Amino acid sequence: MYDVAAVREDFPILSRMIAGRPLCYLDSANTSQKPAQVVDAIADHYLHHNANVARAMHTLGMESTVAFEAARTSVARFIGADDHEIVFTKNASEALNLAAHTLSSRLGPQDEVVVSVAEHHSNIVPWQLACERTGATLRWFDVTDDGHIDLDKAHAESLINERTRIVSVTAMSNVTGVGAPLAQIASWAHSMGAVVVADASQLVPHAPTNVADLGADIVVFTGHKMLGPTGVGVLWGRYDLLASLPPFLGGGEMIEIVRMTGSTYARPPHRFEAGTPPIAQAVGLGAAIDYLEAIGMERIAEHDRAITAYALRRLAEVPTLRILGPTSGERGSAISFTLADVHPHDIMQILDSHGVAVRGGHHCARPLHERFGVQASVRASAYLYTTTDEIDTLVEALMDTLAFFKVRVDDEGGQS
Amino acid sequence: MTDLTALYQDIILDHYRAKHHSGLRDPYQVEVTHVNPSCGDELELRLSLDGDTIRDVSYQAQGCSISQASTSVMTDLVIGGTRDHALTLYDGFLAMLEGRGEVELDEEVYEDAIAFNGVAQFPARVKCAMLGWAALRDAILRTQGGDNE
Repeated sequence: MYDVAAVREDFPILSRMIAGRPLCYLDSANTSQKPAQVVDAIADHYLHHNANVARAMHTLGMESTVAFEAARTSVARFIGADDHEIVFTKNASEALNLAAHTLSSRLGPQDEVVVSVAEHHSNIVPWQLACERTGATLRWFDVTDDGHIDLDKAHAESLINERTRIVSVTAMSNVTGVGAPLAQIASWAHSMGAVVVADASQLVPHAPTNVADLGADIVVFTGHKMLGPTGVGVLWGRYDLLASLPPFLGGGEMIEIVRMTGSTYARPPHRFEAGTPPIAQAVGLGAAIDYLEAIGMERIAEHDRAITAYALRRLAEVPTLRILGPTSGERGSAISFTLADVHPHDIMQILDSHGVAVRGGHHCARPLHERFGVQASVRASAYLYTTTDEIDTLVEALMDTLAFFKVRVDDEGGQS
Repeated sequence: MTDLTALYQDIILDHYRAKHHSGLRDPYQVEVTHVNPSCGDELELRLSLDGDTIRDVSYQAQGCSISQASTSVMTDLVIGGTRDHALTLYDGFLAMLEGRGEVELDEEVYEDAIAFNGVAQFPARVKCAMLGWAALRDAILRTQGGDNE
């Protein structure tokens, strides 16, 4: 039996009161909360082992280097990869920029890059910039009305073809919770000789992930959505691909020999880690992975499924509520929705006065909102510490929101 | 709920429900588009001048109750006045919103806009309340830039 109460004990912030009510944190797709074990690991590193890595040869420098590289090993084990394939970045956005910048060294005006309309802006803008630089064309997967990537339409228009060099899609939408058919997309893309990038920021925190099984050549995610600190992200790439790519940022640690006439570069992953890396953050991410593994990703995924099913059932009771994406079946725990006649920003405000933390806006996925014909939405997102009671609180707060705006906006009578 | 009632005063909800001067109209000298990137609110605003007098402010907007109502109230206040008067109102309104409840507006001058005093307690919403005003200011400055050419 999954003991959510015991899990919550490790997260002091979940005991906070907001506006006189217990915090009901439903914004984990934005950033997760951190267990004391992670915060303690970071504090312990700074208080007892702090030094720069690799270039400090003294005892502390060695301890720091060992801790940093141990975090890399933890990440690799967590996603079924090899240590040398794990690049630490500052977040998933930087990882995607790294991918776009280095892969676009191969792009020319005849080439095409494919993304989907369901992408987070961080998996759109770097490719737009790359296409602007190189003259390549950016093309888009559409989605069906319930948010699934429309493979039929893509095949009908030969979206991926011999001109396609890169395909970059989300492994799980941060708006609809829909997982992309990555294996199918990857085999199609690979048959055309294209490289596949997957944004797994919303997948890796919630389900057991083996990067080799996903089918992509590069997979990115971020630490702060999986109980780790902000400031550390991860890029995994097949080693032979990484070894074939040019550097991204230049600086210390990414070099082999620097001469005034030119430099040679370190091998992956260090080639892509210029400057002092996020050392304590990586140590914190390692502690987060230890925490997740101690509970077990299968059990976390099961809890996610149960909470998601419960939330979908309860939200269906709220009048005028429209969910963006699937309303049943296998899907992620981030649930975005609208209420008729109440702007998401106003919903968020009323919910906040109930202690309920959600996100209101376009969640950095404006094209997808446009595709659904809405300007913005409210997103409630769960994680391993979320309870069914919190979902009940959300539903009550939404009912109150309707009452607040209905009474004051819609039922005034005689004015419209 | 006390804070909420202070934020969502009846005047604001009235304007939200029935926006004044809404819609895009001709003729106009300047058109600007402003967005609030954090929530996606978007506003297209046109400014029409008669000499130094603001003849019309027309707009098309998508947004929350605070941004919609604030834009509506703003048009009531600035249409028929001079550009400098509108810029002075802008400064005072912004000072109130950023004043954390310490700055009061003169009701004689600001009329319905005083209802936004509750927004000052919600720093995250100041941008919402300023969206229309910021667009107006931008439009006015562009016309003044034009004068100098």
